[in-house]
Amino acid sequence: MRGSVAQGVLRRLLYALIAIVGVAALVFVLLRMVPGNPVATLLGEHADNETVERISSSLGLDQPLPVQFANYLLGALRGDFGESYTLGKPVSELIGPAFVNTLWLALAAALVAWVVGIACGLFAAIRKGTIVDRLFMGFSLLGVSLPVFMVSMLLQYVFARYLHWLPVAGISDWTGYILPAIALGWGSAGSIARLVRSSIIEVLQQDYIDTARAKGRTNSQVLVLHALRNAMLPVITLMAMQFSGLLSGAVITETVFSINGIGRLSVQAIAGRDIPLLQGTTLLCTFVIVMGNLAADLLYNVCDPRVRKGA
Amino acid sequence: MNPSENMNVVSVAEGELGLSSPAATFEEPASVLRRLAKDHKISIVSAIIIVLFVLGAIFAPVLTPYEYDSINLSDRLAAPSLAHLFGTDEGGRDILTRMLYGSRVSLVIGIVPTLLSVVVGTFIGMVAGYHGGKVDTVIMRVADIVMSFPTMLLAMVVMYTLGGGTANVFLTMVLVGWAAIARVVRAETLKLKESEYVEAARIIGVRQARVILRHILPNCLPTVIVLFTLEIPSSILTESSLSFLGMGVQPPSASWGLMVSAGREFLYHAPWLCFAPCLAIMAIVLAFNYLGDGLRDVLDPHLQSQ
Repeated sequence: MRGSVAQGVLRRLLYALIAIVGVAALVFVLLRMVPGNPVATLLGEHADNETVERISSSLGLDQPLPVQFANYLLGALRGDFGESYTLGKPVSELIGPAFVNTLWLALAAALVAWVVGIACGLFAAIRKGTIVDRLFMGFSLLGVSLPVFMVSMLLQYVFARYLHWLPVAGISDWTGYILPAIALGWGSAGSIARLVRSSIIEVLQQDYIDTARAKGRTNSQVLVLHALRNAMLPVITLMAMQFSGLLSGAVITETVFSINGIGRLSVQAIAGRDIPLLQGTTLLCTFVIVMGNLAADLLYNVCDPRVRKGA
Repeated sequence: MNPSENMNVVSVAEGELGLSSPAATFEEPASVLRRLAKDHKISIVSAIIIVLFVLGAIFAPVLTPYEYDSINLSDRLAAPSLAHLFGTDEGGRDILTRMLYGSRVSLVIGIVPTLLSVVVGTFIGMVAGYHGGKVDTVIMRVADIVMSFPTMLLAMVVMYTLGGGTANVFLTMVLVGWAAIARVVRAETLKLKESEYVEAARIIGVRQARVILRHILPNCLPTVIVLFTLEIPSSILTESSLSFLGMGVQPPSASWGLMVSAGREFLYHAPWLCFAPCLAIMAIVLAFNYLGDGLRDVLDPHLQSQ
């Protein structure tokens, strides 16, 4: 039994590694399929061929693609992601601070998503079929259906421009995170609420709930001790996986609210045709997401012994 | 045991005995509509809204007296009025007109690439699930890679490589979209593969391709239809986000996301520029989501008990 758990964990780690290297390779190849020599593009039309070749070779761009990729991976392992073409700094120095900003934003959004999502889902499930259910589920579906840029601009318009309660954009203190966190978190809150609702309704139909009731547990005890605990399994998985949504959805939120995070940095990298920088941001985000999925997998295993057997 | 599994096995085993199509659980569209109308009135309303949007997109030139790209500088940034129901933009162009034309782009990008990714994903998912072994492992690892990618970043990288434009948005969305579908269909296939009628078909020597097409596919279809309906809104949102960032549809084509992006500059003195197309996106996405929810309750037996 123990051995199979360790094996399962090892296999998942291996899969995670494959996914990361795979994404790195995909981005590497995709970015090199762009027509034209990036060096020539950077230097402008006045650069002569000799200069372009010299700089290309100093950047290692004249080597075969697999060699370039291997070098890149070896460098990445040491924390060296190359130097940004446009900002003249090592990529690692740029993505570090940006990642911290994105992480804070994602955490704030996750807080909104979890609190609002679980509360909405729980109340909707308890009051299934009533107007409360419909209202909460409508609110959740709205969160899933609204484009992030719309929510962001609406919040800016109402709370920053009209009411002057909160800053329009930029982060000077924690209040700067409130609007972006709502904009980014509402969608996730919506899907969490829907999942919490349906899994609680499902769990409440199980026999052991009847057993618990028969043992004389009160309604709220049944709900919290038995229903919510078991219903949370799929929810935990979703919450861990949603980190990818929060990180990739952050592109829009960061752009609208002028937050210097990974998403905004990626947009800048694309605008400046800055391949090393774009490679760095995508690799970092992928790493975080793969780790999030891995954590979700392992958490699921820890919480549900039934899954362990199958693994 | 899950009651729906019993139902599948029983109804399908009957089909198997008569060597007819096993898809006995697959309902006639009329009966699906009836059940939607009975229990999910909001889905019917949503379907009507979707049809209206599609009609609006098709008959745009008939519905509006304005051209979508004719600039009229004397009428810049006019507030909503009878002449211009949703106002005009910075070039004096009628916003309602641009939204009608923009809905062509947004709807086509919402529906066509989604259909493609659903077809590709379903096929790949069925093959992986049915074949098992190395094929399954390789396919699922590739799907994992695609799914480990932050969607927007992958879309941005692909759009960067290929350049903006409608055709490339198509390709990007298929590249990003198939994996999630393949995953669900694979899981469904694994379940169906264990069922008695598929085993029976295999034992009597039915060829693999035929088992997949005749026995697995029809029973996956309800799930696939629900997935398709629920994926359309996310495609519409992805397109509008890409266009909002300037990496999707390129002007002079109009799409809702592009209109919002152009209107952002005037958010504070002419908010209708942004919010009119936003409302359109919201309406169509909500409509597809409500329709998909209703369809799932009616078609997908796993959730029917609720």
